[in-house]
Amino acid sequence: MAEFISAEELLEASKRASEAGYKRMDAYSPFPVEGLAEAIGVYKTRLPIIVFCGGLFGCCGGFFLQWWPNVIGYPLNIGGKPWDSWPAFIPITFELTILCAALAATFGMIALNGLPSPYHPAFNVERFALASKDRFFLLIEAEDPHFGLEQTRQFLNELNPREVSEVES
Amino acid sequence: MAVREPEGVGTVVAPGSDVLAPGHTYGSVTDKISAIVLTRGTGNKYKVGFATAVALFIGLNLGITVLMAYGVGVWGINIPVGWGYAITNFVWWIGIGHAGTLISAFLLLMRQRWRTSINRFAEAMTLFAVACAGMFPLLHMGRPWLFYWLLPYPDTMGVWPQFRSPLVWDVFAVSTYATVSLLFWYVGLIPDLATVRDRANKRFKQILYGIFALGWRGSARHWKRYEMAGLLLAGIATPLVVSVHTVVSFDFTIAILPGWHSTIFPPYFVAGAIYSGFAMVIALAVPLRKYYGLEDFLSIRHLDNMGKIMLATGLIVAYSYVMETFMAFYGGNKFDVYMIMNRMTGPYATVYWVLIAVNLVIPQLLWSSRIRRNPLYLFLLSFSVQTGMWLERYMIIVTSLHRDFVPSSWGMFAPTRWDWIVFLGTIGFFFTLFYLFIRFLPMISIFEMRDLVHQTTEEARP
Repeated sequence: MAEFISAEELLEASKRASEAGYKRMDAYSPFPVEGLAEAIGVYKTRLPIIVFCGGLFGCCGGFFLQWWPNVIGYPLNIGGKPWDSWPAFIPITFELTILCAALAATFGMIALNGLPSPYHPAFNVERFALASKDRFFLLIEAEDPHFGLEQTRQFLNELNPREVSEVES
Repeated sequence: MAVREPEGVGTVVAPGSDVLAPGHTYGSVTDKISAIVLTRGTGNKYKVGFATAVALFIGLNLGITVLMAYGVGVWGINIPVGWGYAITNFVWWIGIGHAGTLISAFLLLMRQRWRTSINRFAEAMTLFAVACAGMFPLLHMGRPWLFYWLLPYPDTMGVWPQFRSPLVWDVFAVSTYATVSLLFWYVGLIPDLATVRDRANKRFKQILYGIFALGWRGSARHWKRYEMAGLLLAGIATPLVVSVHTVVSFDFTIAILPGWHSTIFPPYFVAGAIYSGFAMVIALAVPLRKYYGLEDFLSIRHLDNMGKIMLATGLIVAYSYVMETFMAFYGGNKFDVYMIMNRMTGPYATVYWVLIAVNLVIPQLLWSSRIRRNPLYLFLLSFSVQTGMWLERYMIIVTSLHRDFVPSSWGMFAPTRWDWIVFLGTIGFFFTLFYLFIRFLPMISIFEMRDLVHQTTEEARP
């Protein structure tokens, strides 16, 4: 793991690591850095589809929730409106679309991120606590095919970090 | 276990901008905000304020107990005025909540940088305001133990809620609003909880914050999904702001009462909600700024912008008042005309004219940038606006109900002490929650402030 003082250094380092062929790595920052995820090789996320599906479920579910009781289950003459009075069903359908989309966004993001994750080897490095304050870290995992303890340490040192540490798992 | 680190070579130091004082680094921003949570403790002013809030909250509990024991007759409601303080307070609190969501969601989509230092406590304000609001639909029921009949559960009687009613739409809208606000607020807190976890000076604090931080470590892969989730939630929450208060306004418009049955209500209510909401944000921001020394983060520019939004929405509300009056005479419907004349000259005329003064006239002072940039004046104006918005809801509800179509049904409404106790009690509840919030959670979004430091530095580069 290499520690950097600025976001730009980490971004540069990640790009060079990616060019060097490392794939199993991660970058840590105290705030989102634009372009960093792409620099370590992450381009797409499934979150938008998940949110869309959540919204769709809410929309169809909400409409059906109102449609079934009012058309089939127990139709009631309310103000002379027809049984399938769809304009009157819109507010609840809209609210449930938003609710299900928001639930999908939140829990989808948390689940896709693998959270809650009570343990991660990165926390074994004491200075890693600064990742949530003002330092930036690049971690290369041992499972990467290009990994070799000495070569990787040498490579990281070339990237001009403030410090390089070894992470015990 | 805090790792101490002196400022190293190459540390990013932000130059000043209109939303951030110069000289801040990622570290100083983090330290300043997390110190409030971890090391500062509570002073005497806090304790006095908190004790007052808790005392009012205890009053609320008493009021609710009496209400549950004796029924809604302990309030001043009667026939014809079946809705009094409860619905006034409900609409007032929900309205206040809307500004927080607007700041968090809408201003995020509009890329307004000045939202960064205010969005956390504004969203907390929304959450607590919705909690206060949500009590009233339950309390105002004649048979509150049957509240669950409003929910669509499969029951043995084979009946369902009346889905075509705005009162049921309210159930879904307010529940959705409460849930989405909570989710949005919590999602925003996750990285900050990780920050506080890593700075915690005692083990139990580390564990507690750690549990809620879900093991967040600032990984770029996580940030990517996180930012996407934030934008999607913001995109979802923005129409929610408009729709929830629109549905609340439908509670009135669906009736045929003069003064209620008006198509101007949805935009009128939404603008009024943002008006009173920003007033509450200002009422919270000014003391927080002063007592916690946050002038670096909550600059005069922030206050100025909030003042401008208050002015703009206040003008929309003023337009609505004028239009309602104009339309009543233009339409020539004698019931509408009488309703307006009754508001202006009838038994509740004092309420009407105080309302015009406090909601329409006094806030015109916001045109002056000297006033907008002065924290004290802005704070006082926020009280004026909040009182005005409460009076507005009171006036809409009571004046239309107490004299409608047939004079033999006319009556009067006067609040009882239990109306006041419950109302002031919810204010106590709100502040109790808010005091707890500022004590235990970072009241400004730390990671977004760091991002602001980064952006400000980037822009200053030649």
